[in-house]
Amino acid sequence: MHGGRSSLAGTLLLRGLAVLVLVLFLGLPLLAVLAEALRRGAGPALAALADPDALASIRLTLLVAAITVPVNTVGGLAAAWCITRFRFPGRALLLALIELPFSVSPVISGLVWVLLFGSAGWFGPWLEERGLQIVFALPGLVLATLFVTFPFVARTLIPLMQEQGATAEEAAATLGASGWQSFFRVTLPQIRWALLSGVLLCNARAMGEFGAVSVVSGHIRGETNTMPLHIEILYNEYQFVGAFAVAALLALLALVTLAAKMVLERRGGGA
Amino acid sequence: MMAACSTAFTSRAADAMAAPPSAALRTRPGSLASRRGPLPGFGLSLGVALFWLSALVLIPLGALLLRPWELGVSGLWRSLSEPRVLAALRLSFLGALTASAVTLPFGLLLAWVLVRDRFPGRRLLDAMVDLPFALPTAVAGLALTALYAPNGWLGAPLAALGVKVAYTPLGVILAMAFVGLPFIVRTVEPVLRDLPREAEEAAATLGASRPQILWRVVLPALAPALLAGFAMASARAIGEYGSVIFIAGNMPMVSEIAPLVIVTRLEQFDYAGAAAVGLAMLALSFLLLLALNLATRFWRPV
Repeated sequence: MHGGRSSLAGTLLLRGLAVLVLVLFLGLPLLAVLAEALRRGAGPALAALADPDALASIRLTLLVAAITVPVNTVGGLAAAWCITRFRFPGRALLLALIELPFSVSPVISGLVWVLLFGSAGWFGPWLEERGLQIVFALPGLVLATLFVTFPFVARTLIPLMQEQGATAEEAAATLGASGWQSFFRVTLPQIRWALLSGVLLCNARAMGEFGAVSVVSGHIRGETNTMPLHIEILYNEYQFVGAFAVAALLALLALVTLAAKMVLERRGGGA
Repeated sequence: MMAACSTAFTSRAADAMAAPPSAALRTRPGSLASRRGPLPGFGLSLGVALFWLSALVLIPLGALLLRPWELGVSGLWRSLSEPRVLAALRLSFLGALTASAVTLPFGLLLAWVLVRDRFPGRRLLDAMVDLPFALPTAVAGLALTALYAPNGWLGAPLAALGVKVAYTPLGVILAMAFVGLPFIVRTVEPVLRDLPREAEEAAATLGASRPQILWRVVLPALAPALLAGFAMASARAIGEYGSVIFIAGNMPMVSEIAPLVIVTRLEQFDYAGAAAVGLAMLALSFLLLLALNLATRFWRPV
């Protein structure tokens, strides 16, 4: 437009600054993880990943994610369906409550389960009498992760399903489709990319969660340590190569998630 | 916290969303089914959603709201007014506000370049903004510590300048800025994209300089979004744990954050005391977001 040269210089200056901020502030930490992991070459880093405790933490992380992601996907789908397809009193409140876990500190997300099921929790004595353990065991890790990853699927689906409206499903119903038929044949194909994107984000958070599971884990090596907790233990024991090797593996998960999200957004047209 | 401010957004969205289906329904009054529309599954989906919400969120949070009162009001007060607790709450809140305020111009810069500029590699930069979202917090914590430790890539030159980052409150603020940045960018970005350029062009035609246009035209239009982004970044930073504890050094009274006090109290089986700190954090964040929300409303009529 007017003042072409100074405006071009301004654009380039801003662009350069933005790249600098992103590379220095966000990119460099990622590079530091890799560099620290490979400080003594690939051998020790891979050996740290093959350690039995590390393998146990990887298995546990996968198990926790395999339980929490489906539960929050089904819950998120149900919530998105009733919120976007029907009007009822309390709808806006339901919407706000679903987002609530995002605004709670991860440590509090773990704390609430200890308050319920810990040894001095409301149901602690009852569980103890029956020899059931929730806190410092797998169920506690699952519950804490469920709380933290609660909103992901619902909040990815709701804006999209709202925008799409119910016309396609209404047409299917008029043509005689049953509810499930219309859900699987009409709704699901319409929302699949957004659903996948929400599931991916939910999974990334489930595998990477630290604060909430740290409170309920009890840090029993080889038993209740997920990957992020294993990182902390190694780091505190000055086993830096091992800590950064496991961290690099988790960072890789984050990168794959981001790349997949980029592809999905392109496919789903920004959904 | 974030929910409090997102309520403002979602309720507006809900109003806008609610209109079309009702219009469609009114055309077919009468039978019971048509009262909610022709679609099935209302009872089932609402039932599943309510069970899911109550079991996983409402009942646990209920425990957090009730347990601290076991101490009695005076006991609760004593538990919270310990100097170490007050120092930790102060660091978590003031640190988060400082971090978000410092990040705000950078977030605006990134949003601006992503929306207004076109260059090869822009999509990659766009994806990089989400890195703090996707990176597990423990990994971020470790990475920042390695980078800013006195012998780290950035820590060493900073130490030569006499600036200590790792194991000080500055390190806490840095980690909080790291996790908060994407919230600011992603809140400002859509508003900036929808901003009509005509206003800026009109101002330019009338002889306004670029700084004048930015200050008088662009910033006022973006103010509510900036404030909302600031609120969300602060909310996230206040409760942040994993990215902070590695770089913080966790010295009581100096660089200890409030979530760590909760963890410490739980390890001493002081459940009520831990819940008290949690409740205080929730209450303070709620007040903070309420204040920011009111400020946004005050701004909007302009």
